[in-house]
Order: sequence, then structure tokens, then C-alpha cells
Amino acid sequence: MTSALGKDLLGLEALTSDQIRLILDTAEPFKEISERAIKKVPALRGSTIVNLFFENSTRTRISFEFAEKRLSADTVNVSASGSSVSKGETLVDTARNLEAMRIDMVVIRHGASGAAQFLAERIESNVINAGDGTHEHPTQGLLDMLTLRDHLGDLAGRKICICGDVLHSRVARSNIWGLKKLGAEVAVCGPRSLLPNAIEEFGVIVFERIEEAIEWADALNVLRLQLERMTAGYIPSSREYNRVFGISRERLARAGRNVLILHPGPMNRGVEIDSDVADGPQSVILNQVTNGVAVRMAVLYLLAGGRPELAEAAKGGGR
Amino acid sequence: MPLRTTEPKTLLSASAVERTLKRMAGEIVELNDGTEDLIVVGIQRRGVQLARRIVTLIEASEGAAVMQGTLDITLYRDDLQTIGPRPVVGATDLPWGVDGRKVVIVDDVLYTGRTVRAALDEIADFGRPAHIALAVLIDRGGRELPIQPDIVGKRVEVQRDDRVDVLVDDLDGRTAVVLVSSSRVGER
Repeated sequence: MTSALGKDLLGLEALTSDQIRLILDTAEPFKEISERAIKKVPALRGSTIVNLFFENSTRTRISFEFAEKRLSADTVNVSASGSSVSKGETLVDTARNLEAMRIDMVVIRHGASGAAQFLAERIESNVINAGDGTHEHPTQGLLDMLTLRDHLGDLAGRKICICGDVLHSRVARSNIWGLKKLGAEVAVCGPRSLLPNAIEEFGVIVFERIEEAIEWADALNVLRLQLERMTAGYIPSSREYNRVFGISRERLARAGRNVLILHPGPMNRGVEIDSDVADGPQSVILNQVTNGVAVRMAVLYLLAGGRPELAEAAKGGGR
Repeated sequence: MPLRTTEPKTLLSASAVERTLKRMAGEIVELNDGTEDLIVVGIQRRGVQLARRIVTLIEASEGAAVMQGTLDITLYRDDLQTIGPRPVVGATDLPWGVDGRKVVIVDDVLYTGRTVRAALDEIADFGRPAHIALAVLIDRGGRELPIQPDIVGKRVEVQRDDRVDVLVDDLDGRTAVVLVSSSRVGER
């Protein structure tokens, strides 16, 4: 018996719309657990999960850790610095050594696109992609969709625009795949230099001007300008970018409608988003963070069940 | 070996269920010496419907409001690793808190006792009730844990492979308790 999601969660491209809905529906009751005085249920008691983070992360790592702990799993954090990775050990050797200590799941964040899949094909543990290069960041896509669904209801026919640095963004790719599977209309808006060459092949609308995007959209997912990945001159300056593409209160006010504002964090305030928007009434940025824990609990829970040999042994063992 | 199921046999009709719940409601009030601090907690899913009905009956007879909660024990099961996750987990809702309360757990059928074990664990994570009692519409025996009900609607003797189904209006369109017997092909 494999779980309803299969062995791993590597990206939203490979999931069906039913699987995505299953994760979002399962996340609903998990929200309540984080509101309890004792924020813990025993569902994953005895499972061992390794958080293998080769890239810096605060929000995602802590969010996964909370999700694991609230399901009673035992967790170990491994980061690239301060581990054998800095001595030159390969990814697969690191993982195999961890697996030799009898772990059940690996949550991996890596700078190389495809790293999660590479690992998933080589170890027996469940692998969850927590962001690989510019490929996908499925749990971020899922928490964005859960937050959108909380505020907009059914996403079919809803208009979502992903704004800014799409080129470097795994969040953008997971959002595009996931939202389109749930029937939403997806657009992107940003400087041409920060959009992938064949972006139209994703089946998205491209807006050249941010004003048009705001006019069109029910919600904007504002991406972080990934200055650390910009080795060449993609934009003239942060200030110039803010002047042309920044989400400001004035621009939102001109739309005359309530457009939801999402941001995966961490924010560059005053660059892609102004402070009064980030902290304003249309912002659901902190709701995204809250939902992140629930979505990750749902993914862990759904991947955890169903080991064939145990199912066999349990047959005839009560209900 | 394949199982052959027979026609469902009615153990309790709608009116018999209603009579039984009325008696159970009376016993709950008696056991708790009134309705003060009483909270009736139904286990998802059919226990919730039965708890609602019992609360209505108590409120009618006692003329006082009674607190009601719901419990989904999916995440407290001891068989996640073996049977796999139940895809959609229901809601747990204990808005009143349980500290110092007299909790009555309501479920439809008591069998192995594992569901009740899970419910006790979950309630303990919400606080420390003064007292917890168990009320079930049907006790079908077959316990695998040292758990016994305080209030029972009806005890039935059934075979291991038999199924006792409680049907409720909201979910099944009618109210009844039915026995679905099965026999192994080749026997009898």
C-alpha cells in the first residue's frame, strides 16, 4: 500500500488536481491543532524525520519543524555548514548514511534543481522537496493555495498574478502548476529580464505593466527579488524596480477593488512591496505563514501511512 | 476466504432508537447528578449525531442548556502505520474546555475499545476533566482493551465477522440499528 500521494512530494507538476485537493482538505483540521493549549497529536509518534537544509532558510525550516513536532515525530536538523557536507561528502552519501540510522523521511532544501528527485530515486525514505534550485517549492505552492482558498473560496476561474522575479523563483513554478490544476487563471508580471524565455509555454498570461496586472487580478503573489542570485545586471537598481513594479498603496487604490496580497517571504520592504501594503488590510502574508504549518502537517501525515509489510502483519488484528 | 453477507437484520427501529436514547439521556443526568458542568462529546462521525440528539433530549427534560463537543480521534489511532492515513480528518471542537467538567463520551458502537482509548488520550491533551464516562448506543462485545461503558443502549451478541451499523437521519436518510451477518463461504 502506497500513500495517496505516492512515496515522495517532489513538486506540484506531478500531482493530480484530486491529490492537491486532498492535501488542502486534510490541512483544514490541522489548523485547529495549532490553536490548542497542547499543540500536539500522536499521529507520527516513532517516526524519525531529517531536515536536510543545504541552503539557508528560516521560515520553511522552522515551519517544517513545527509541523513535525506537532505530529509527535522525532526530528533532526542537518545544515550544510557544520556537517560532513562541508568536508566534501556527496548528497547521496549523506542521505545513505542518515538512512543507515533508520530514518523514515527526509525534508530537503538544495540549491540545485532536481536534487530532491535525485535523492528520492536513491533512498527508500519518503522525500519532501522543501525547495530545489529554481525548480519547485511544492509546500509553499500548497500553502499559497490554501490561503487563497480561505479568502476566495473555490479557485476555479479565479485570477492570480505572480509578480516580479519569476526567473529565479521555484515558488512561481509551484504556484503556476498548482493553481492551473485547480482551474485558476494564472498571469505573471515583471521585467522581461526576470521572466523565463518561454514563459508563455506554461499557459500563463503575461502582463508588461503592473497596473494592468492589478486591474485584472483577484490576488497578487508578490515574489521576493532574489538579489543574491542575480549575478548579471537583470535590473538597473532596486529603486528603479520599486518605481516601475513595486506594489504600492496608490497602485492598489487605483484598482478600486479588494486585491489580496501574498508574499512568500522574506520581504524586501520598499523594493517589490511597500510597507503599508505588506502591513495593510489586503495583506494575507501572515496567514500564509500560519497555513504553512497546517499544510506541511497534512503532507507529512499523508506520506507517512501505509507500509505494505506492516499492513500485511496487521491483517486480522482488530479494526 | 470470501465472505458472504446476508440481508441486514434490524436490531432497533427508528422508534426503538429514540426510546433508547431517551433512557440513556436520563441515565446521563442521573449519573452526573444534574447538568452542571456536564459536557456531552460525540465521536466523529455517528457519535456526533447521537450526542446532538441526547443533548436535545436532556435540554427538553431538564430545561437547562447542555454543552456539546465533538472529537475526531483519527490522529490518535494506533494503526496509522499499518492501515495508512484516513484521508480527510474531521473536526475536533471542544470550545468549552474540559478542565473540571463532567465529560460524557458518546459513540455509536463499542467494539475493540481502541477508539475510546484514542478518545481518552485526546481529551487528556485538552485538559483534566473531573470525571469521564462512556455512553454507547450498542455494545457488541469483543473488547481488546480494558474499557467498559457506563451507559449502554443495547448489548448484542454477534460473530467477529458480523457488522453492526448504526444509521442516522442526517447521514443515512433514516434511523435504525442493523446487523449485517456474514458467513465464510463453504461453512453452513
